[in-house]
Amino acid sequence: MTAIDDYFAVFGLPRKLSVDGEALRTRFYELSRAHHPDFHQGADAEAQAETLARSALVNRAYRALRDPLARVEYLIALEEGRDTREGAPARPAAPEELLAEMMEVQEALEEAKAAGMDDGACARLREERERLQERKRAEEDALVGRAADWDAVLDSGADRRPLLEWFKARLAARAYLRTVIDDLSEALGEDLESHVSHRRH
Amino acid sequence: MSRIVGIDLGTTNSLVAYVDRGVPRVIPDADGRALLPSIVAYTPAGVLVGDAARRQLVRNPARTIYSVKRLMGRGYEDVRGDLAHLPFEVVPAAEVVRIRVGEREVTPPEVSAQILRALKQRAEGALGEKVEQAVITVPAYFNDSQRQATKDAGRIAGLEVLRIVNEPTAASLAYGLQKLAQGTIAVYDLGGGTFDISILRVKDGVFEVLATNGDTHLGGDDIDRVLVDWLLEDIRAVHGTDLSGDAEARQELRLAAEAAKCRLSFEARTQLAIPFGEFVYRRDITREDLEARLGPLVERTLGPCRLALGDAGLSPADVDEVVLVGGSTRVPLVRRRVEALFGKAPHSQLNPDEVVALGAAVQAQILAGGITDMLLLDVTPLSLGIETLGGIVSVLIARNTTIPTMAKEQFTTSADGQTVVDLHVLQGERELARDNRSLARFELRVDPMPAGMPKIEVTFLIDANGILQVHAKELRTGKEASIEVRPTYGLTEAEVERMVDESFEHAEADVAARLLIEAQTEADNVANHVQRALTQGAQLAEPGERERIEAALARLREARAGRDRDLIHERTTEVNRATERLAEAMMDAALKGALASKRADRILESS
Repeated sequence: MTAIDDYFAVFGLPRKLSVDGEALRTRFYELSRAHHPDFHQGADAEAQAETLARSALVNRAYRALRDPLARVEYLIALEEGRDTREGAPARPAAPEELLAEMMEVQEALEEAKAAGMDDGACARLREERERLQERKRAEEDALVGRAADWDAVLDSGADRRPLLEWFKARLAARAYLRTVIDDLSEALGEDLESHVSHRRH
Repeated sequence: MSRIVGIDLGTTNSLVAYVDRGVPRVIPDADGRALLPSIVAYTPAGVLVGDAARRQLVRNPARTIYSVKRLMGRGYEDVRGDLAHLPFEVVPAAEVVRIRVGEREVTPPEVSAQILRALKQRAEGALGEKVEQAVITVPAYFNDSQRQATKDAGRIAGLEVLRIVNEPTAASLAYGLQKLAQGTIAVYDLGGGTFDISILRVKDGVFEVLATNGDTHLGGDDIDRVLVDWLLEDIRAVHGTDLSGDAEARQELRLAAEAAKCRLSFEARTQLAIPFGEFVYRRDITREDLEARLGPLVERTLGPCRLALGDAGLSPADVDEVVLVGGSTRVPLVRRRVEALFGKAPHSQLNPDEVVALGAAVQAQILAGGITDMLLLDVTPLSLGIETLGGIVSVLIARNTTIPTMAKEQFTTSADGQTVVDLHVLQGERELARDNRSLARFELRVDPMPAGMPKIEVTFLIDANGILQVHAKELRTGKEASIEVRPTYGLTEAEVERMVDESFEHAEADVAARLLIEAQTEADNVANHVQRALTQGAQLAEPGERERIEAALARLREARAGRDRDLIHERTTEVNRATERLAEAMMDAALKGALASKRADRILESS
């Protein structure tokens, strides 16, 4: 596995989830002014390549840390010591009851497709999707809501594995919900819009 | 460092600008015109660019290329739908679009290079110095191939392209330099052929693009097409004549429709009167007529606006200012729709035709070190991914990621002794590879080893131009791995090299010199023919005729040694005239000779 860069270190921050957004942006602008290729046009090829790589790292780091949810995702990846690309977070099995429930949704979707997706079916699927989106938001709020707990665990020196596992399970549930929402959107012919929501974080 | 100019290489018009003592200025031509029509004509007398090309467009539609920007970085299949509207011939089935003009075929980057060269010469004339470096703008929604094609065009024109900048972002720089836009701004850019929306945060000299979206096939050209189709139908109904297959008539209508559209931005009604041989087509058009036809096109710009807002995590109310860029935003309907969407009146304090070029000049000045307090942080408009098993795309870099950016991915082999690993890189937002834009295929070369042993780390880096660079490293040895790139819709390095060489040849022999060479070649041809005729037809010459021809030839040789093209032409004609009678006599004799020999054959056969 490709070693994962420490984005917290790029900004001189501890590996904590509470980050001051404004301060992060200010630092991001400072680092950009220092490393952006625009300001190194006169440098030799080797120095330019270095600047380019440095600037790319700063941009990746900012992207991963600026959003509270993306930050959790990234931190888990960093703690796990492996690269989980965007859209492919750590994937333990999602909770059993969620899996069973999602199976039902998938079955309902297959039936609606087989029946030719009439207006009634579309309306029901839209409703279902609305409910799942609500649930996904709840998962996301829960994830962000425990950020302070993580920082407290770090400060106290307690075992952080239980909380790490909890984060992973929630992320898995969210990933699962996202897949089902995307399937519903695609069936409803609205896949483009759904891409927005799932690429946002 | 020599001066860096900023160039707006537009679908309809192109401009060049530079920063003069802190103020960006557009460089006009000798007649004071800032806009260079993006039209290139390949005529027997040479290549014409701009107004000169435009003036002969109706007479020479097959060899006059306009809107070439819509063909940049594209394949034949992409532009098939456009072909019915384009009077010039696109060579079928080629991966990269090729346009046939007479005997030769040209690629879109070569055509664009002609426009860039004209702007380069304009700038050199105005500034009194060599111009060899430029910043060139492209639509924000241009993909990697389209950006690369633009960079290639610059190289062919003898320009080092230091930066490719997105048009809406460039516009924001021009506004920002004069502190005309601050906070969260939306730049709505509807040009001749493309549409872009960019959402930026402008604060303390940093121009941070939050999200961008668009349609690289939507602009003033499409409005004109809709109008032409409407007028063709009207002519059919009123005059009973179908002109849709008549290339010249279509061009005539296109120019008239374009002019009427522009007038209707300021007037409520306008009149067309176009003579077509046997009849004159007259038509009153009101602004309502126009708006009824282009409503659906304007509607198509709103979806990307909503997506960009969504990607930026903003609602329309969060936007402080809406800036309009591009000539097509003069259409009142566009302004109304934009205002309705964002809930605030858009503005265009800076000339929407010039603002992109001005911004390109600002970016050029930043690169030159002349402006140090402004920084542009742009994004990549499309997600970048690789094809994995089952034709599924695995996204490596999400759209709207700030550039430069990079992603690393590890690859290995699946069979023992395998020496090549194929990678297929794509851009787009769809799940399946076949629904996305293929950028290139890469071949990684590895030493033969058991399956799974090689560890190749591939770095996908999108630079500040939004152009992909790929590097590979064998992790075991730390050596750079060999990688071969096959761009799907681009020119290879060797092709660009060749075009650069050719263009140098063309550039050195400017039009006048080329015409002189043509005249000299013609003179030599004629002289050779006549010399041969004098030898072969000596017995057919009348008294004094030989002397007259030889005198004319001597005069031609004299002119041929000089550089006066007209004189060479004149003397060539004289020689032709002096030889006319003798040539005829020789032709007669040859004909008779042929008949005589046939007769002789028959006699031999029958005996």
